[in-house]
Amino acid sequence: MSEIALQAVGLVRRIEGAVSHTLVNGIDLAVNKGEFVAITGPSGSGKSSLLYLLGLLDAPTDGEVIICGQPTSKLSEDDRAHVRLTKCGFVFQFHFLLPEFTSLENVLLPMRAEGKMSEKDMLARGLDLLGSLGLKDHAQKRPNQLSGGQRQRVAIARALSNRPEIIVADEPTGALDTSSTEQVFGILREIADQGRTVVVVTHDPALATRADRRLHIVDGKIAQTFEGQKLAPEPAVAAPTDQ
Amino acid sequence: MAGNLLVNIAWTHVTTRVRQTLVGMAGVAMGVGFTIMMAGLMEGSQIDFLRQLVDTMPHVTVQDERRAAPVQPADREYGAVQMSNVANVNNRPGIRHPESMMASLRSWLPGDVAPSVRTTAIIDHGGRVGITLIGIDPRLEVRVSKLASQMREGQVGDLQRAPNAVIIGLALADKLAIKTGDTVSLVAGQGTQVSSTVVGVFRSGLKRVDEGQIYATLGTAQVMMGQSGIINELRVRLNNPLIADTIAKRVEGQIGYKSVSWQEANSDLLSSFAVRDFIVLTVMGAMLLTSSFATYNIISTITNEKRQDIAIMKSLGMRETSVRSIFIMEAAMIGLVGMIAGWAIGYALCFGWSQITIYNTLTGTNVPISIYYSPLHYIVAGGISLLCCTGAAFFPARKATRVHPVEIIRGAS
Ligand SMILES: Nc1ncnc2c1ncn2[C@@H]1O[C@H](COP(=O)(O)OP(=O)(O)OP(=O)(O)O)[C@@H](O)[C@H]1O
Ligand SMILES: [Mg+2]
Repeated sequence: MSEIALQAVGLVRRIEGAVSHTLVNGIDLAVNKGEFVAITGPSGSGKSSLLYLLGLLDAPTDGEVIICGQPTSKLSEDDRAHVRLTKCGFVFQFHFLLPEFTSLENVLLPMRAEGKMSEKDMLARGLDLLGSLGLKDHAQKRPNQLSGGQRQRVAIARALSNRPEIIVADEPTGALDTSSTEQVFGILREIADQGRTVVVVTHDPALATRADRRLHIVDGKIAQTFEGQKLAPEPAVAAPTDQ
Repeated sequence: MAGNLLVNIAWTHVTTRVRQTLVGMAGVAMGVGFTIMMAGLMEGSQIDFLRQLVDTMPHVTVQDERRAAPVQPADREYGAVQMSNVANVNNRPGIRHPESMMASLRSWLPGDVAPSVRTTAIIDHGGRVGITLIGIDPRLEVRVSKLASQMREGQVGDLQRAPNAVIIGLALADKLAIKTGDTVSLVAGQGTQVSSTVVGVFRSGLKRVDEGQIYATLGTAQVMMGQSGIINELRVRLNNPLIADTIAKRVEGQIGYKSVSWQEANSDLLSSFAVRDFIVLTVMGAMLLTSSFATYNIISTITNEKRQDIAIMKSLGMRETSVRSIFIMEAAMIGLVGMIAGWAIGYALCFGWSQITIYNTLTGTNVPISIYYSPLHYIVAGGISLLCCTGAAFFPARKATRVHPVEIIRGAS
């Protein structure tokens, strides 16, 4: 049952320079397919750095990231790009949409870059994704015509467009109000329930309780892991927001 | 990776920066336009001049000389002995059997040939001027030179109307105040003096010809030379003057006499053209290069503004070379439209110049500035300009797309 989608082995990221700095200091991690993992920790603890490594945006100084059974440390830059394009969807705190393009065009971008689908299928999938995220009426708007929450949902739709196995998100709700935050987390939860692997960095411990597992990071290391009974089941999570 | 996505992004970048894009296009257009204009003007004037030259001169001149000095009698007699300071015996032998030689040349020559006698003399009419006297056969001459069409007064055939008749150049006539019908005195080197009637005035447009060359019949020239019956030159006119070099070599190979093409006779002039061409080409190249600086600027600006977009595209999984090609295509788009506008500008400038008339020292009249229109000018100017543009974009594009997305993403969060 527990097929591993994303694995980190002895992951280290060090920055050499006048003052050397270790951002990630020996992390071992295995995330199952369909699992929703939250990463918490104090500011500067290395959460983002870990996420960049897991999403192949950055290369580790030492250790290995295995995505869907494929070790990635020996891949060329172009091959890593291809893994990002097809297997790994990224969502950042800032939406990072291309400003000159509409929501729909932004969502189509990864599909067009891969170029496997017909234009008609891409369009259908793009509209479908936007619709499922409640953005049906905003497909033709450009980022500056959308609210923060809407932009972030477009960014999620874009991350999903190539049907990646893994979604990594770095404080995706950091800039959003409570209701948008709630909505975005609901969506990420749903994505995981549909069988995708989700790794989210968040500062909000309440939100982290909606994950299947929570890793607390301090100084580039996993300090604590919360799992099972520590994370209350779904209905209980809704309680804090009802207050 | 789907190419039309890249084209689409590139197109969006340039069309959302109308002002910058227009400036870049204007730069390219100016460069291409002025280059085309310069090429048209330069080649126009050159072709004009060469046409004048080719019209005035024989295309190939066969002379009664050999390329190497003839073997001297002393060498023949005393072959084993090294001689020095022996004065060469080198009288003008004339061309042997000119009639049969001309007949044989006519059998294959793509043009025609006529005999002439070239000698020097002094013309005396109040003042004295040294001239080249060319004895011609008036009937044959019309087939090998444009003299007939260069006549301002009288006709070539008039040479046979009066004894010792001559046709002189307009510049000489002006210099010595000679009018048609006047009698002048011709003095040859060895003292022979004849008085002759001026029956016509020509104007070739070449100053040295109009001032220093006069025509008489073969007989008159032979008298002046003191060698009756001699023919010392065969003059060839070709249907296509550009092959004169080849023909001259062939003629020389066949008959052994030194045969000089008009190109060889004017090699000093032609090599000065080559220098001029080189200078102008350098200037045009520099112009095209400079015109692409605007494109360099624009692509630098766009890549700077688009650092975040570059990071996004790379983080989404687009390859670095694909992202880079977006900006190169932007330069190519600017270059392409600029090039087409430049073609229009170039054509308009050429047309404008051709409407202007200036005083031409060759013909002594006001003539339109001659412009040479050639598709090659457009292709070469456009092609070089496109190359310069894409080349100019390459470096900023490479620099910008090398950036690591994490750096930008950290910076923006
Ligand atoms: N290029 C760099 N050079 C030196 N130190 C760096 C560099 N990038 C990040 N750091 C440091 O590495 C540490 C980890 O950074 P990281 O962004 O991973 O933290 P984080 O846990 O995501 O923090 P936050 O919650 O504030 O986003 C920080 O102390 C940061 O200052
Ligand atoms: Mg962070």
